[in-house]
Amino acid sequence: MTSPPDGFPGPAYPLGANPSFTDLVRSVGGESSNPASASGGQAAQPGLSGPHGMTAGGPNVMPGVPHGTTVLALKYADGVVMAGDRRATEGYSIADERIEKVFPADDHSAVAIAGAAGQATEIVKLFQTEIEHYEKVEGDRLSLEGKANRLAQMIRGNLPMAMQGLVVVPLFAGWDVGSEEGRIFRYDVTGGRWEEAVFHATGSGGIHARGTLKKRWKPGLDRAAAIRTAVEALYDAAQEDVATGGPDLFRGVYPSVKVVDRDGFHTIPEDEVRGAFEGIVEDLLANQPPIGASGAREAEEAGE
Amino acid sequence: MSFQPYVPPEQLIKDRSDYARKGIARGKSVVAVEYDQGILFLAENPSSTLHKVSEIYDRVAFAGVGKYSEFEDLRIAGIRLADLRGYSYGREDVTAKTLANAYSQALSTIFTQQMKPYEVEILVAQVGDDEGGNSMFHILFDGSVADEEGFVAMGGRSEDLSDRLKDSYRGGASLPDALRAAVDAVSAVEERSFEPQGLEVAVLDRTRSRRKFRRLAPSEVGEIVGGGGR
Repeated sequence: MTSPPDGFPGPAYPLGANPSFTDLVRSVGGESSNPASASGGQAAQPGLSGPHGMTAGGPNVMPGVPHGTTVLALKYADGVVMAGDRRATEGYSIADERIEKVFPADDHSAVAIAGAAGQATEIVKLFQTEIEHYEKVEGDRLSLEGKANRLAQMIRGNLPMAMQGLVVVPLFAGWDVGSEEGRIFRYDVTGGRWEEAVFHATGSGGIHARGTLKKRWKPGLDRAAAIRTAVEALYDAAQEDVATGGPDLFRGVYPSVKVVDRDGFHTIPEDEVRGAFEGIVEDLLANQPPIGASGAREAEEAGE
Repeated sequence: MSFQPYVPPEQLIKDRSDYARKGIARGKSVVAVEYDQGILFLAENPSSTLHKVSEIYDRVAFAGVGKYSEFEDLRIAGIRLADLRGYSYGREDVTAKTLANAYSQALSTIFTQQMKPYEVEILVAQVGDDEGGNSMFHILFDGSVADEEGFVAMGGRSEDLSDRLKDSYRGGASLPDALRAAVDAVSAVEERSFEPQGLEVAVLDRTRSRRKFRRLAPSEVGEIVGGGGR
């Protein structure tokens, strides 16, 4: 057993140090805002909706807990693209139009969140610290597999809160330094973890985004095409799902898009995302006139 | 019931100090030098995986000499303290001063209350936003702290090394110059030359984004030290 010197936090661990920050927080106890330890009150928190299409006011949702999200990840030639819309809802109102749902987990991986926003951002913060803590204590980086597993355990720890409506379901993607490829992991509310072969989308609009991804994804997409596919999937999801925010040209709100490749985590500048979105709109206009009830009627009349 | 013979406290402290000093003197040395963009750490260390210098937090690094298991214990305790503090407060609230105080308290308690004192000397350094903003705390086995400026030498030959560095240290030197001066000082004191593989070199570089700590690979060290027209 080694115990920490006087005045330092942490219990005694058998056989040296435990490199887990989550365990440390739990043992110290004082900071019980730790969501992974799943102890805490029933505070109403802003949120982004889980994968089960829970609608605001539904039976499992606590009063005043906002929901609604689409986050997605897809592989491309040199890594993975991860993107999310920017809307958080609270019942029938919009809680935030510019919320960030995609975060760097470390410099070679990214995590996107769907679910109760307060709970989810706390889990992300804990996850980031967890990875860095491990790296510093051990002097080695955690493998991508190790990071994905650790996240699964943290989501499992949140299960009691999820049963009360504070569901958090992340999406995790990163560059595997060992096998030299981008990899994507999806989760369910119980901490189940599955690796996805090419793409995945989660959140209330995830099902719609997946439709677009299925049609648009091709092996060996280049970076620009992958970014465009991600933006298009989010645009389609925003049309079908009230809780997913679409691009807002007037206020300058665009989806957040991140890329993880061999060189690490990059945030795609807003100009580039706007460019991708404008390209999509241009192509839509070129291939078909705007579809509307009156437009369709006029077209019919003209055809007759 | 056996009687403990009376030992005057002065004698007790002296014995413990001598014991700790002897242990430290057996170990290899670590040198830290400020340069124009941060702080450079140089250790004589044949192992590429067991480190004497390491990262504690964004701007804070740790260096230890003496008994490995003991300064490793302190290093991990420091990382825990720093990460916990940064998690519950803010990242900028983690400072070398906080850590130095905690280390000082811990070492002083160990020195007076445990069977044997720790045979270590440690350095907690923090890189500031500009050249005057660095801080380096040199903490001894008994918990005494020295706030150092410019350069620090620890370990077996620390006095000789300090003398050497005093001559060669120039404020505002570039990294290659500072590294060459540090390597020269260590080589002169040890009276032998070092291959880059036998040196552990790291920097706290204020030009880096969040995490300022970086290790220099032996190839990089070789290029700097070898390419300086020596």
